Amino acid sequence: MENLNLFIRSIFIDNMIFAYFLGMCSFIAVSKNVKTAFGLGIAVTFMLTISLPVNYLLETYVLRAGALSWLSPEFADVDLSFLSLIVFIAVIASMTQLVEMVVEKYAPALYSSLGIFLPLIAVNCAILGGSLFMQQRDFGSVWTALCAGSGWGIGWLLAITAVAAVRERVAQYSNVPAPLRGVGITFIITALMGIAFMSFLGIKI
Amino acid sequence: MSNKSVLFNPFSKNNPVIVQILGICSVLAVTAKLEPAIVMGLSVIAVLAFSNVIISLLRNTIPTNIRIIVQLVVVAGLVVIVSQLLQAYAYDVSKQLSVFIGLIITNCILMGRLEAFAMANRPWPSFLDGIGNGTGYAIILIIVGFFRELLGSGTLMGYAVVPQAFYDAGYVNNGLMILPPMALIVVACIIWVHRSYNKDLQEK
Repeated sequence: MENLNLFIRSIFIDNMIFAYFLGMCSFIAVSKNVKTAFGLGIAVTFMLTISLPVNYLLETYVLRAGALSWLSPEFADVDLSFLSLIVFIAVIASMTQLVEMVVEKYAPALYSSLGIFLPLIAVNCAILGGSLFMQQRDFGSVWTALCAGSGWGIGWLLAITAVAAVRERVAQYSNVPAPLRGVGITFIITALMGIAFMSFLGIKI
Repeated sequence: MSNKSVLFNPFSKNNPVIVQILGICSVLAVTAKLEPAIVMGLSVIAVLAFSNVIISLLRNTIPTNIRIIVQLVVVAGLVVIVSQLLQAYAYDVSKQLSVFIGLIITNCILMGRLEAFAMANRPWPSFLDGIGNGTGYAIILIIVGFFRELLGSGTLMGYAVVPQAFYDAGYVNNGLMILPPMALIVVACIIWVHRSYNKDLQEK
């Protein structure tokens, strides 16, 4: 129940885009049409769902202060937490390589439309951000980490698809002031949606 | 390109945030107050300048296949140093910045500049490019932080600047400015102003 609650919370209230604004670079660049946006959203969801539990296990059994004591009692006062940034980013970078190879093999059309943004998932702040939030909030078990990770991923997918749909319409039908065209109006759309998402605050199951 | 234009172009014409649209995440998240915005700006300048120099020195020895991982490791090493320094000397600010210091690693400005500039240029121009882009980033951060703190809390760097007489006359702080979505709107306004002066940057 607790985990389900966290899952819903991560999608709507702690939404990566609308509440924390993580992963904005690729968000702005790829949200021009719904199809590509959806593809990138799936890739990000997948990465978050996998990397969060893996990093949770590393954090709990290797990096945290005293985490190595399961190996032998001598290691009880070893604290490797200063290495966590490097370990997390290494896990994420190698996972990205894996996802890239899978997508290239099984969905070549998506691969070519995502272009440079697929390898750049490694530096998508939403994914490293997920792991850092996990470290900061002391999740209780690997299931909690899994729920939060998939929730954040789905939230990101939801956000980018919604904004891409609005942008498609705006580009076709509306007369935006010239200096605001493209990036500027996307910022404002995202901000307004963020304000709308605040109405989910306080949802509980 | 001359060294001078490498250093000064990113201030406005080629600003990393509002023209190249890189590193938006942290601009939005740390600018509710001016002080964390300044600290964040300085941290990014330091990390960007030194990682540019290191990658530029290594550029001929890095195998192209694994260059992203090498770049990430160099950047991550520098960010660890910055984050440990902040925790030692500016603990309160580092608490406010929370995960965003760690997120400098995935700040797109870093990867963007390393890929586009440091991999192809000598160390000294790379250093200037790092300082220039870092400063361009910090300028936007400070403008956004200035307006959000002034309008949202009526203070600057924690000191009250809106006189008490205003409040007595019925002026109220705009609480909406503290909320994260308003950072996006402020950046959009900066883009609006900037692009109406630089017509060549406007999109069709």
